[in-house]
Amino acid sequence: MSMTTQQTSATPPKNMNRLGFTMADYKGAESTLCAGCGHDAITSQIIKAFYEYGVEPHRVAKLSGIGCSSKTPAYFLSKSHGFNGVHGRMPAVATGVMLANKSLISIGVSGDGDTASIGMGQFVHLLRRNVPMIYIIENNGVYGLTKGQFSATADLGSKAKSGVMNDLPAIDVCAMAIELGCNFVARSFAGDPKQMVALLKAALGHRGTALFDVISPCVTFNNHEGSTKSYKYAKDHEELLHEISFVPFFEQITVDYSDGETTDVELHDGSHIRLRKTDKGYDATNKGAALDTLRKCQELNEFLTGLIYINEIKPDFLTLLNMTDEPLATLPQERVQPKEDDLREIMAELM
Amino acid sequence: MPNQSPQALVAEEEQRLNGGPVINDFSIQVATVNGSGSQSSNTVLMRSIFQMGIPVSGKNLFPSNIAGLPTWFTIRANKDGWIARRKEIDFLVAMNPETAREDVMNLDPNRVVVYEETLKLNQYRRDLAFFPVPFAKLAIEITPDSRLRKLLANMIYVGVVGELLEIDPAETEIALTKQFKGKAKAVALNKTALDIGRKFAKETFDRTLVPYKCHRMNATKGKIIIDGNTAAALGCMFAGVTVATWYPITPSSSLCETLADYMKEYRIERDGKANFAIVQAEDELAAVGMAMGAGWAGARSMTSTAGPGISLMQEFIGLGYYAEIPTVIFDITRVGPSTGLPTRTQQSDILSLVYASHGDTKHIVLLPASVEECFQMAYDAFDLAERFQTPVFVMSDLDLGMNNWMADPFKYPKKKLDRGKVLSVEDLKRLGNFRRYADIDGDGIPYRTLPGTNHPAASYFTRGSGHNEAAAYSERPDDYKRNMDRLSKKYETARQHVPPPQIQSANGAKIGFLGFGTTHWAIIESLDQLQREYDRPISYYRLRAVPFTKHLAEFFERHDRVYVVEQNRDGQMGMLIKLELPAELAGKLRSIRHYSGIPIDARFVTDALVAAEKGEQN
Repeated sequence: MSMTTQQTSATPPKNMNRLGFTMADYKGAESTLCAGCGHDAITSQIIKAFYEYGVEPHRVAKLSGIGCSSKTPAYFLSKSHGFNGVHGRMPAVATGVMLANKSLISIGVSGDGDTASIGMGQFVHLLRRNVPMIYIIENNGVYGLTKGQFSATADLGSKAKSGVMNDLPAIDVCAMAIELGCNFVARSFAGDPKQMVALLKAALGHRGTALFDVISPCVTFNNHEGSTKSYKYAKDHEELLHEISFVPFFEQITVDYSDGETTDVELHDGSHIRLRKTDKGYDATNKGAALDTLRKCQELNEFLTGLIYINEIKPDFLTLLNMTDEPLATLPQERVQPKEDDLREIMAELM
Repeated sequence: MPNQSPQALVAEEEQRLNGGPVINDFSIQVATVNGSGSQSSNTVLMRSIFQMGIPVSGKNLFPSNIAGLPTWFTIRANKDGWIARRKEIDFLVAMNPETAREDVMNLDPNRVVVYEETLKLNQYRRDLAFFPVPFAKLAIEITPDSRLRKLLANMIYVGVVGELLEIDPAETEIALTKQFKGKAKAVALNKTALDIGRKFAKETFDRTLVPYKCHRMNATKGKIIIDGNTAAALGCMFAGVTVATWYPITPSSSLCETLADYMKEYRIERDGKANFAIVQAEDELAAVGMAMGAGWAGARSMTSTAGPGISLMQEFIGLGYYAEIPTVIFDITRVGPSTGLPTRTQQSDILSLVYASHGDTKHIVLLPASVEECFQMAYDAFDLAERFQTPVFVMSDLDLGMNNWMADPFKYPKKKLDRGKVLSVEDLKRLGNFRRYADIDGDGIPYRTLPGTNHPAASYFTRGSGHNEAAAYSERPDDYKRNMDRLSKKYETARQHVPPPQIQSANGAKIGFLGFGTTHWAIIESLDQLQREYDRPISYYRLRAVPFTKHLAEFFERHDRVYVVEQNRDGQMGMLIKLELPAELAGKLRSIRHYSGIPIDARFVTDALVAAEKGEQN
């Protein structure tokens, strides 16, 4: 979803971004989710990131499947088209949308049930294709709308509100995404807005699927003692892989980052994501190390957040298809309908 | 249902066989093993006859298997232009040891058999004309390569059959060169095999013992030979399809594969970039989901599948209906239920298409009967999908989709594409606002905007959950009902826009046939049989789309009985018609059903009609 919008040179007035939009232009309808839901916190970060980066709302397509998480596209960017499809099938819809109009910026919001259970088949193929879009999994380990059943990302030994223990291992969507060739894999926490906003802005500068696994506590069904997806558990256990800052393409880079403590990755749009090492000494550009870290993390029940893996080399799906620069959706008849002579030639071959 | 031919037919057959040579009116059946490369040979044989100006049709009866199981290719040559399947085989080429005995036993008396000498088929019957050929031995003369020999044996039988039927060798050579276009070595090898077959037959057999002959006529000049899937693919390309997403399934795979081939040739722009995207999806759910995403975003999108794929697509189809998303879905039907007979033909998806998905739904289904209509209706389907903002189905079948049919060259579509009610930035500036699901024009069809439209009023939220006219979430009973009633109204509007039926009213006819799709070919030949053998005038209503048009009730009013002929067990189209018609008209409906997986033939229709009419008189 690399931006091609030209830079605006003049400093925008206060309360306006570089394109002249205000924060209100990125808001949506009022949320109908439970008060305190992690999903609403994520919605706020999406609004903030899209505002700060400066995205034209009309160029955004918001996509989702079914579930609490999938309702949220109605709560941000009301000036963008939205598509709330069927359970677990948002990846296919998103792929079709991007095929039809490559100039759009797609953001998909899914949940752990929508992605890791019913939608697993489409999820893995979206990653494999590297369809350009931001894919957020609002991960709370339970099915909220159907009242608290475990999902496939619930941790082994996690306790349900009813007291039942989960005796199946969790699917690690991040590890899976890296294995499948996803080049932007992040894990974050709904209670860490600063990190989330920096990562979302970086995702806007990345061309390919940018996957976010965001632990987003369900205050009604999974926020109790014994849950590993509660606010308290996440706050107590969150460890940062690195400190993240984002330098957009439209701002001058002045800080020297060759101090050995900071990794700087240039994104497709010319922006930079700067990862300042913590005591973990983590390198997000090393695929093997990323997988190794996730494996250990699961074994030790650690909750690491940050940009787990990034690779800005692999081409996205639309580039592979070598389509015209203009969106297919609005090509005129004379370009998409071959000529009468072409039909005559084809018919002659069949005689 | 009587299985044997009525007396009239027997008399006709006797005359055919005793009255000297039978010119340009016979069926050849080649029995081989699939994967043996006989397809090229059969195509060359069929084309040779076609090039002599004789109407011809080819049907491949093949197994669901890669290699090693029996397959039969039938070529029907008919001077009167009848191209439906004909039950009786006149000329058998028995190449498959496994089925050879049964193939021979199934023949009517006095028919001709060309066979591999070592099979000793002449031991089974005394009443057939046998022509043994040492195919394996002859092939050794051409090449030491045993794999190649197997392929060349197939071309040898083309030579033998050509000699016995008096097919012009020059035409066979042209057909062969066309078949192996650009492969000089293959042309040369096959030409050798062809000549060896011809020479052997000429030196060994008395060809006057074969009553069937090909005489040059002038009924195929300017015609093409094409299968329905290729025709549909061309229709899509000329309709300006931009996104095609699909998942392989017999018998539909060749539609999108052929589309991809043609698009690479005709839809790459000067800068080398494609003005289309064709994606092989991970399953049918994804295929239709992608097509819907693309249709929503404004592309002319499509997918193609068969019955099992339609089953998998149900949930998305309902979304497309309720959220009003255009896309085109081809169902190249095969035999169900379940995996069924994946390589055999049937028309048994009618109800599952018309009422696809849960809840109250009803869909537009186009019913091509010919390759010309596969082309035309593929084209029309995109206009209808965008005009009505809904998934539109094109129901073809294996017989039409995968078999070779003779046709007039397709006509170039000269009209402007109908992209439907899409509001532009200028429209929005003029209107100020827009309600996605409001019925502004009174036709039930709302206006839509495409994502990417640069106007603050353009955006709306698409959802499969309840919504009001402004596309906002709503569970209000009045919003729900108003929306559902508008969808119904939209379907009523569609009646005036779908392809109307083609009606052939016979003078003084009290009864009528109603057919659709490939059933057409058996019906028109049956009408001729009924006229000649029983002097029975019968009207014919060829249905070309659901929803039905006003003509349907009128046709039932004009006739005492209407026989709905279809290729499924339960008479699905008959059920739909009964739901539509008032009781007094529905009572006139009779049903003729053919559902063995083999294409329906005229004699079956004739026999069924005659038997049923006898019952009516008692």
